[in-house]
Amino acid sequence: MVRDLSVELCGVKLDNPVIPASGTFGFGKEMAEIYDINILGSISFKGTTRDARFGNPTPRIAECPSGLINSVGLQNPGVDAVIAHELPELRKIFRKPIIANISGFSIEEYVECCQKLDKEEQVAILEVNISCPNVHNGGMAFGTSPESAAAVTKAVKAVTTKPVFIKLSPNVTDIVAIAKACEEAGADGITLINTMLGMRIDIARRKPVIANKMGGFSGAAIFPIAVRMVYQVAHAVKIPVIGCGGVATAEDVIEMMMAGATGVQVGAENLRNPYACKEIIEELPYVMERLGIEKLTDIIGIIE
Amino acid sequence: MQRVVLTVTKNEALTPLIYEMHLAGDVSGVTRAGQFVEIALDGLYLRRPISVCNYDEDELTIIYKVVGKGTDLMSQMAEGTQLDVLTGLGNGFDVDYECQKPLLVGGGVGVPPLYRLTRDLIARGREVTVVLGFNTESEIFYAEKFEALGAKVVVATADGSQGIKGFVTDAIRESGVEYDYFYSCGPLPMLKALCLATTTSGEVSLEERMGCGFGICMGCSIMTTNGAKRVCKDGPVFKKEEVIW
Repeated sequence: MVRDLSVELCGVKLDNPVIPASGTFGFGKEMAEIYDINILGSISFKGTTRDARFGNPTPRIAECPSGLINSVGLQNPGVDAVIAHELPELRKIFRKPIIANISGFSIEEYVECCQKLDKEEQVAILEVNISCPNVHNGGMAFGTSPESAAAVTKAVKAVTTKPVFIKLSPNVTDIVAIAKACEEAGADGITLINTMLGMRIDIARRKPVIANKMGGFSGAAIFPIAVRMVYQVAHAVKIPVIGCGGVATAEDVIEMMMAGATGVQVGAENLRNPYACKEIIEELPYVMERLGIEKLTDIIGIIE
Repeated sequence: MQRVVLTVTKNEALTPLIYEMHLAGDVSGVTRAGQFVEIALDGLYLRRPISVCNYDEDELTIIYKVVGKGTDLMSQMAEGTQLDVLTGLGNGFDVDYECQKPLLVGGGVGVPPLYRLTRDLIARGREVTVVLGFNTESEIFYAEKFEALGAKVVVATADGSQGIKGFVTDAIRESGVEYDYFYSCGPLPMLKALCLATTTSGEVSLEERMGCGFGICMGCSIMTTNGAKRVCKDGPVFKKEEVIW
């Protein structure tokens, strides 16, 4: 039997739910050297800001049990360079809908990025990362309060006709309240979770491993937390959810979807296995067969 | 980049902390001296990047220092162990750079990639001098191997237990070696001192903590005179003139 892997996110049809998560796939170029990336459902490209950023000092990476901490700090060439150089290159190697991942340190920055990317035909969805600190509010991350999360959502929605997914930070007390605030402010979907704040110490040197002391913890270790948060949010909102966090296998994709995800992003696993997304997509039909699943859409949110 | 399964055919200590490992299989992904491989290890999340010391048709040699969990695991591997390896990572040295008398400078565990480089440069008819720096006599490895390739070898030890006492820069000065280009790999302070002390152009292989090792995570970025570069993908070898110290 032919298994149906297709899903739909706000009218955007994807051949399968597997999407490399922002920051773990660049703009596709390096991965296209080793496999045809057109097998992917979509790509969430490297987090883009208004201005070019070098990011944080090195070391930016720390090994952890079943995961890693990164403090890259949103290194990217800036939205104008992304539009002028990266997207034309990506278009040559990828003919499917693209998710534009956007970050900002002020509402104005988010708005400017979204306005510019709104004009890009291949960009099907704007994914707005609200885990960044707000420079106008003492550095508190936009995603840590329902009010500021809603303010970003509203501002961005006003300047684009494309579906807007808000990517939530898990470093909050009540993820559901923030997701609902985004929904009420007009968000078309929710992506979750971003990385968990973490820290490692080099006990011989008596110093943090990461130059910036703390960073985002991701990898298989956070998968149960991600499943829990996807489950909570998907059952509290009516808009679609993209599940993200520690996904490493086709079984993980199924689990995320059962928790309520329509799309599933694969992040840290790409860093240790460059073929991760390809292997997951190839494995999915077999796992579906084993579990008696004909269409992936049949299992979205089946856990009550 | 290629992902291959390689088999350990040799894994021996050269010094108390430095090991030489031979890996057999399809190593066609390795195309230049100065490239590195990344080895997946059981129980560790990220792969471990290790520079390639030498490669032939069906085998490559790596030399690594036991510095943590990953390299400690590697040091205990028996012959026949199969490893998941990404090969052909990084840019490697510019072996075709037009020069007559290249100077190769290696410090400690930065010495290995210079071995294949020496082989390639000698094959191109270059007059190669290799300056190898170590802390002390018991940590010296591969000096005679470089000689066997036909290079002039100068050894320096920080404590003076063998060769010239001091750092590689002292050894270069004291031995009066003539050169018109240089290649180097070693600890950052050594590379910096070397770049400041040398009067010719040259290239250095840098080290930075990596996430992926193939250019997608931006974990190992450095700022150069040509903008931000990834040590794993745009490097690890950079021109002296590009590096900002």
